Amino acid sequence: MMQAGLHALLSHWWRRPFQLVTLLLGLATATALWSGVQAINTEARASYDRAAQALGAESRDRIVARDGAAINQDDFVALRRAGWLVTPVVDGRVQTENGSIRLLGVDPFTLPGGSLPGDLADTALDLSFLTPPGQVVVSPATADRLAGTDLPPIVRVEGVAPAMGYADIGIAQDLLGLRGQLSYLLVLDDQPLTRPSLDTIAPDLRVREGQGQADLARLTDSFHLNLTAFGLLSFAVGLFIVRGAVGLAFEQRRPVFRTLRALGLSTRALLGLLMAELLVFAVVAGALGIALGYLIATLLLPDVAATLRGLYGASVEGELSIAPVWWLTGLGISVLGTAIAAGSSLWQVARLPLLAPAQPRAWAMARERSMRWQAVAALALAVLAALTGWLGSGLVAGFAMLGALLIAAALALPLILHGALRLGGRMARGPVREWFWADTRQQLPGLSLALMALLLALATNIGVGTMVSSFRLTFTGWLDQRLASELYVTAEDEAQAGDLRAFLEERSRAVLPIFSAEGEIGGLPTEIYGVADHPTYRDNWPILSAQPDVWDRVAEGDGVLINEQLSYRDDLSPGDAIIVSGWQTEVAGIYSDYGNPLAQVLVGMDALDRFEDVRRTEFGVRIDPSETGALTDALIDTFGLSPDAIVDQARLKQMSLSVFERTFAVTGALNVLTLAVAGFAILTSLMTLATMRLPQLAPVWALGLTRGRLARLEMWRALLLAGLTMLLALPVGLLLAWVLLAVINVEAFGWRLPMHLFPGQWVLLMGLSLLAALLASLWPARRIARTPPADMLKVFANER
Amino acid sequence: MLSVDTLSKTYPGEAGPTAVLKGVSFGLDDGDTMALQGESGSGKSTLLHLIGGLDRADSGRIVIGEDEVTALDDRGRARLRRDSVGIVFQQFNLIPSLTVADNLAFQARLAGRRDTDWDARLTERLGLADHGKKYPEQLSGGQQQRVAIGRALAAKPRLVLADEPTGNLDEDTGERVLDLMLDLVRETGATLLMVTHSAQLAARMNRRLYLERGALSG
Repeated sequence: MMQAGLHALLSHWWRRPFQLVTLLLGLATATALWSGVQAINTEARASYDRAAQALGAESRDRIVARDGAAINQDDFVALRRAGWLVTPVVDGRVQTENGSIRLLGVDPFTLPGGSLPGDLADTALDLSFLTPPGQVVVSPATADRLAGTDLPPIVRVEGVAPAMGYADIGIAQDLLGLRGQLSYLLVLDDQPLTRPSLDTIAPDLRVREGQGQADLARLTDSFHLNLTAFGLLSFAVGLFIVRGAVGLAFEQRRPVFRTLRALGLSTRALLGLLMAELLVFAVVAGALGIALGYLIATLLLPDVAATLRGLYGASVEGELSIAPVWWLTGLGISVLGTAIAAGSSLWQVARLPLLAPAQPRAWAMARERSMRWQAVAALALAVLAALTGWLGSGLVAGFAMLGALLIAAALALPLILHGALRLGGRMARGPVREWFWADTRQQLPGLSLALMALLLALATNIGVGTMVSSFRLTFTGWLDQRLASELYVTAEDEAQAGDLRAFLEERSRAVLPIFSAEGEIGGLPTEIYGVADHPTYRDNWPILSAQPDVWDRVAEGDGVLINEQLSYRDDLSPGDAIIVSGWQTEVAGIYSDYGNPLAQVLVGMDALDRFEDVRRTEFGVRIDPSETGALTDALIDTFGLSPDAIVDQARLKQMSLSVFERTFAVTGALNVLTLAVAGFAILTSLMTLATMRLPQLAPVWALGLTRGRLARLEMWRALLLAGLTMLLALPVGLLLAWVLLAVINVEAFGWRLPMHLFPGQWVLLMGLSLLAALLASLWPARRIARTPPADMLKVFANER
Repeated sequence: MLSVDTLSKTYPGEAGPTAVLKGVSFGLDDGDTMALQGESGSGKSTLLHLIGGLDRADSGRIVIGEDEVTALDDRGRARLRRDSVGIVFQQFNLIPSLTVADNLAFQARLAGRRDTDWDARLTERLGLADHGKKYPEQLSGGQQQRVAIGRALAAKPRLVLADEPTGNLDEDTGERVLDLMLDLVRETGATLLMVTHSAQLAARMNRRLYLERGALSG
């Protein structure tokens, strides 16, 4: 009996292979976009974990000398004997005839596993590494550069950062002239609780807390949440297709269900067979989706890696490694998606009365009553979105608000379209036009899922497009303000910085020191920059709000400027008191600081002396832009500076903009994919509706409309609905942009951006959505135009 | 008014082509009413469809008034259906998205011959005055068929083709619907060709034709 029942159910798909393909493709697309994004996120997070373990990254706590000088090697020995688990590191630059490298001297015996980058971690460091002349491990590119120099034998290892070398600590001490001295000690995990305090063993040393990578996951969370939200949106759009296909298949099989029940198949058995059928589809489509997701992730990962590197300094390998858990999650999401999409259809089957009408009915003819329920749900979600925006805080609340807003808009769409079509019908003159509007209204339930998907895709496009373009416009203007100096030069040490300054002062209009220190505000790390009192800052710095005479106050040490992120984080306004690393002062003003995830404070040059470990090695140089090339050459010739130490304004702007473009390349790609999925949803809906259209079109044809005209009207219908959906997507998209700019950005990055409108983009998007609708309607229209009269006549046949 | 001359039609089938009509010829004058009878599959509906320009004959000639239907292209046949013929189907085939009033006036408006006085009288005569704003699905079968008859007659066509118009109705309702249709056909002076299985209904027509395996008999 079960076999016969299954055969009867499956026979539907043999007769409607296109419907089966639609279902599988919809599910596969939904799974692909979701699992692709998840693969990227997983890979990135795995990379952070590796980075956090790596030496040189400032993730671990360090022990440094209080005066910033080198540590005596005896202190290391004393600490180890006292139970402190620390490993020594010397860190310095080695000058060769072919340029310099940063050399890290490490102790392989105390270094924890996995602390070295790339393949170096897997390379057995043997006696030749430890004993003179030793080895210097560098990347292949750096090895080529260093060929022929008098360094110890060079070992090439993939994964080592450019211009960086690793050697045994003893070898490195010799090379750097630091015999008996150490740069810092790394504090390892799992320290014994009974160890004595640092002060009792080495009072001249202090622990500097790890930073950077420890915060990396937190900093990049917003980026990953962004990607996840996109993945979820694409998944939802894909589910609209699946819901449409499953709903149609169940409606068309109602007579079969009734017959099977009448012939003795229990409801439980029928449901079991249907669920088994859906499970098989979910697994097949899931496997296909995972393969597609892998492809998407492979294509997008290089951009994501570049973005994370550029925006957060996070290193992510450009290659994807696949974990079994990823496969299983992909299949799980496919099964879950199928369950969500088929839930209501299965529920209906469970409640189907044995003597229910055998004619398929409701799928394309949903009653206005269900629309009213939809309106109530939409209203409730809109209220929820407003409440979340008003009362909620944090990134998750921001995204919850976005989600509620989008779903509310999608649910309200059929109702609004229904009203618009009714209005259109009232204004129409002539029987064909009146029929056109009324018939379009009747088609609405069958098309509403696809139109909802289109609305989501269009609104997201408008929202994200407006955000990115607003960001771009603001960012470009901000770069012009912020990067006012023509050249930025970094000295290797303070001694060189003094010579450099004297050299530059003779050859420029002004040399602006950019000295900095690390500090804390409210226990969180803060960048502190000292600024010279100079018109360059007074004229250009992107101040958002400030007290009068802000620059005078900063120069005199009566106040500080803080970045926007810090003002949001600690709810600070001009005039508020602030404590910067123990210094009590006042907020004199707030400036925009896009792209920086950390809190930042600008103080006067004199005030900077209050802080420890001030780096006095960087300068901004004001010169005629045409002279930057010559000055750069002179700096390299005179001081042997590496090209990396000299950055001209144009290059920096170009670099910043390229980071910006890459940041949004991923979002752009996902945008296009989502729109393509929505286009596919319209196509599949129109094609499935086309098979049900004949009984509705045949009477009109019989009354005197040609098939060609009916086909043209079919295309106009698709265009009208897509156009109306686009018009509704516009306010939703702009609201979305506002939430992204004013809520999500502030929560995620700590800055708020002004919103700009770009009507050109809307016109383009309208053109694209009309084109998508036109293309989607071509095949169904052609099918109507070419329907043989004999098929039309079957509608009227008594034997039908 | 209607002339059908040696009309033939063959449909392709899995077991080879099937000749549905084999050289059928007959004529009808203005105001004539004719019943077309025959077994299932004898070709009655096909003949009606060919006359109404819903399908094309393989050979033979159909003339309605001045129009040679068999010589018309797709567009010409659409115009013929709009302007000259009113068709009543067994399944009613109303337009579900339009109200009863809109359905009733639809063909007359398509033909550009709407007569609101006639519409009002027709609605009254058909007993649909209280149902104008309803949708077809809200009506009973008999009411729906009355709308279909009204739609066919609203444009006052020269020829009314009815394919088992009472086949979906019970006997009493069928009788009343037929009475109404005959009255209205007489009132407009139209010619009526009606397919029916019922000898009782056929007896109420001026003339009767019997089709057997695609050819006229008796």
